Amino acid sequence: MKRRKVDLQQAPITAAKGVDERFQAATPLRALLNKVFPDHWSFLLGEIALFSFIILLLTGVFLTLFFDPSMSETAYDGAYSALRGTEMSQAYASSLHISFEVRGGLFMRQMHHWAALLFMASIVIHMARIFFTGAYRKPREANWAIGMILFLLGFLAGFTGYSLPDDGLSGTGLRIASAIMLSLPVVGTWISASIFGGEFPGHLIIGRFYIAHVLLIPGGLLALISVHLGLVFKQKHTQWPGPMRTNTNVVGERMFPRYALKQGGFFMAVFGTVALMAGLFQINPIWLFGPYRASEVSSASQPDWYVMFMDGLVRLMPNWQIYIGDYSIPPLFWPAVVGLGALTTGPIFWPWIEARKSGDKRIHNLLERPRDNPERVGIGAMAFTFFIIATLSGGNDVIADKFHISLNAMTWAGRIGMLVLPPLAYWISVRICLGLQQHDREVLAHGVETGIIRRLPNGQFIEVHQPLGPVDEHGHPIPLEYGGWVVPKKMNRVGALAPAVKGFFFPVEKPAEAPVSPGMPPISGDSREEITSGRK
Amino acid sequence: MTTLHHDKTDAPEPIDVDDPRLSRLDIVKEGLRRDEIEIITYESQFQGTNSKAEKRVVRNIAFLFIIAGLGALAFLGFYIWWPWRFELGETLSDFYTPALGISLGISLFALGLAILAWAKKLLPHEVSIQARHDGPSASDEQKITGQTMMFVADELGNGVQRRPLLKGAIGFGLAPIGLVAAAPLIGGLIENPHKDELPIMYTTGFNPGFNGGNLVRLTRDDGSPIRPEDVSTGGQMTVFPGIPHGATNEYADSPTLLIHLRPDDAQKTREAADADRRNKGSMWGDYVAYSKICTHAGCPASLYEQQTNRLLCPCHQSQFLITRNAQPIFGPATRRLPMLPLGVDEEGYFVATSDYKDTVGPDFWERP
Repeated sequence: MKRRKVDLQQAPITAAKGVDERFQAATPLRALLNKVFPDHWSFLLGEIALFSFIILLLTGVFLTLFFDPSMSETAYDGAYSALRGTEMSQAYASSLHISFEVRGGLFMRQMHHWAALLFMASIVIHMARIFFTGAYRKPREANWAIGMILFLLGFLAGFTGYSLPDDGLSGTGLRIASAIMLSLPVVGTWISASIFGGEFPGHLIIGRFYIAHVLLIPGGLLALISVHLGLVFKQKHTQWPGPMRTNTNVVGERMFPRYALKQGGFFMAVFGTVALMAGLFQINPIWLFGPYRASEVSSASQPDWYVMFMDGLVRLMPNWQIYIGDYSIPPLFWPAVVGLGALTTGPIFWPWIEARKSGDKRIHNLLERPRDNPERVGIGAMAFTFFIIATLSGGNDVIADKFHISLNAMTWAGRIGMLVLPPLAYWISVRICLGLQQHDREVLAHGVETGIIRRLPNGQFIEVHQPLGPVDEHGHPIPLEYGGWVVPKKMNRVGALAPAVKGFFFPVEKPAEAPVSPGMPPISGDSREEITSGRK
Repeated sequence: MTTLHHDKTDAPEPIDVDDPRLSRLDIVKEGLRRDEIEIITYESQFQGTNSKAEKRVVRNIAFLFIIAGLGALAFLGFYIWWPWRFELGETLSDFYTPALGISLGISLFALGLAILAWAKKLLPHEVSIQARHDGPSASDEQKITGQTMMFVADELGNGVQRRPLLKGAIGFGLAPIGLVAAAPLIGGLIENPHKDELPIMYTTGFNPGFNGGNLVRLTRDDGSPIRPEDVSTGGQMTVFPGIPHGATNEYADSPTLLIHLRPDDAQKTREAADADRRNKGSMWGDYVAYSKICTHAGCPASLYEQQTNRLLCPCHQSQFLITRNAQPIFGPATRRLPMLPLGVDEEGYFVATSDYKDTVGPDFWERP
């Protein structure tokens, strides 16, 4: 029998052909390798959320290997001697076990918690970027809605997660959650009894939260994140206006290799940052809180930051109870149920509301600079001011304590501020946008201020402006159209200063060309002319 | 720098990829053409090959990769050899987690920077343009798909319209099956909050029903009963029902604050209590006991301010005035803290002469 010679060089080609015969992968794979992505630092904020989510999955799986979601009581007999002999739930005991007796367990726990905070923070910042640049406009309304639902799911994942250790702080959170359920009209007591399996706290809630936290909610997050990214892929990313960029193209670089490599590097940088934070900054030191006891709480009982706005709203709510015959609706219902529901679901509809208001049915792939849509910026500033006041009010006892302010004054400041400051933020931000717009137009019409004052023969002083474009026969700049993108406003943005020479101690190369600002032709060193007033 | 201007009209022609004269780049470009991508600039970031600047960048990237490797080795070293078992007091093990964090953080961060530098500094810089295809599908495609869907709907719908028996049968057959999915979930979870003989919403551990009909003593969390002289004037103590598990979370609504008021405050409190239908006669001497569970969200309202006789709930800052039946005077709480009727049994220990007369804990819809 003739022995077949194995050609190693041909092997991958044969394998690839075999794959393609079965899956017809060649064309889609090439399209993927070639896909062009626009690049801007602000497009990477959502990536931080994605990377945090991956870190959460990795560290979370580790934690499940040691956590025991049981509420049966046990006497602690672990390494942390300050709590030895204390009666506590298995959930709390196993959380202490992870923190003290699993090698590297505390590090993993802190990484998980920091990644969760970062996940929610990057979602909010990413959402702000999407909002203020108008990236949610047609055809991307659905992805905006999915993003809002992701925030809500993240909120629930966070709450169920920090309730699991069953320490003094998380038990207080559960107590409030039960009170919020009780505040629901008609069904409140039934809902609370059903979820807790009887009277608060019962013996079931940790187990139920556990399955929600490790399966149901992450499953939902994973599914929605996939759709979210799939839609970005399908609809292609938005881009800033600029040279060559139109509503019908994407200007950037191909996904492989450079863009993908940058993403990978960024992931590692985020991962490294979370690891540093987990190692250096203590978070949720559950052993200091003790097991949950219905009779014990300490001051400065704050939830994680993304829940604080709700806590703040609950604190600021006046004690208005509504009586309907023999029945009543407690004040807790309004901020905690109606407020949370409205604040998380209301913004979902914003893209459609704005489109309806403006009658704009066009497809937008170019972003808008915030200043070019002052009303949107005003509404966003209003919403964020509201959110920040609510969040600060969630910690108003700590502020009152640290700054020696009356606690009641803090509450009243929050109540009044909540009504007064958002409209003020609207007005200020709209004025800022209009001012910036006007300055852009001014520079386009008259040129860049050079800082050079010239005295004319008749004694008049004028400031010299560098025109950005061609000039007419009198030397006056011909006004330029605004292109929706950055207008150079400083002389060194138009090449007046030589670029920095590379090299730390000594120059490694002769100076490169002057940097080119978008939309401006490069100015080479020798062809610079004396700046004139433009009034010859 | 390659020219920024490009002309749409000179789109490249398709080429024959089997042409042996083509370079690999030519074939890549054919792929780009098919994907409607045009490369505007694609250039090395360095002038010439092996320039001084390029070597410098390569050195830096290599350095970062080495840092990443060293950091990872350091992590493993700390992980294995650093004393990690927790001991109370200041020991080396306190630095176990920081050591892990710093080494892993530096390692991953350096790795990230290395990859970023590689991509940003070393790989050729490019600007490419790809066409978008937005908007609807072709109108004939829309029509065909729409008609197909209508056709399917007709098939099913008309069939049902013509066969009335089927219509009823489908409705009758499917609706209960839909409910089947919901039944175990709802049926398994649902709990009637009002089913118990001693309904959970309205009773606490101080109900004599939990103590075989006898009055329930006030105890400390270790179960020991309390005599009046155990609480000094102006002092306060958290007390629990003196029944099995009375101080545990099984009776989460029961923690109570027992306060020994100063005589003048006690006088005011007594006057206010006696003027109230439910609280009348609930004090014992200068002692008063209020539920510790805040009527707002159920946190323990445990911060007792002796000077102003206020109780503050640290969760949402509701404040209750002790000398006025613990009425809320600030914050989101609407309802006063219930007062526990106090007495002293024949052995001289505090007892609750009955359960709370107001409902304890957060408010709800059907509270009487």
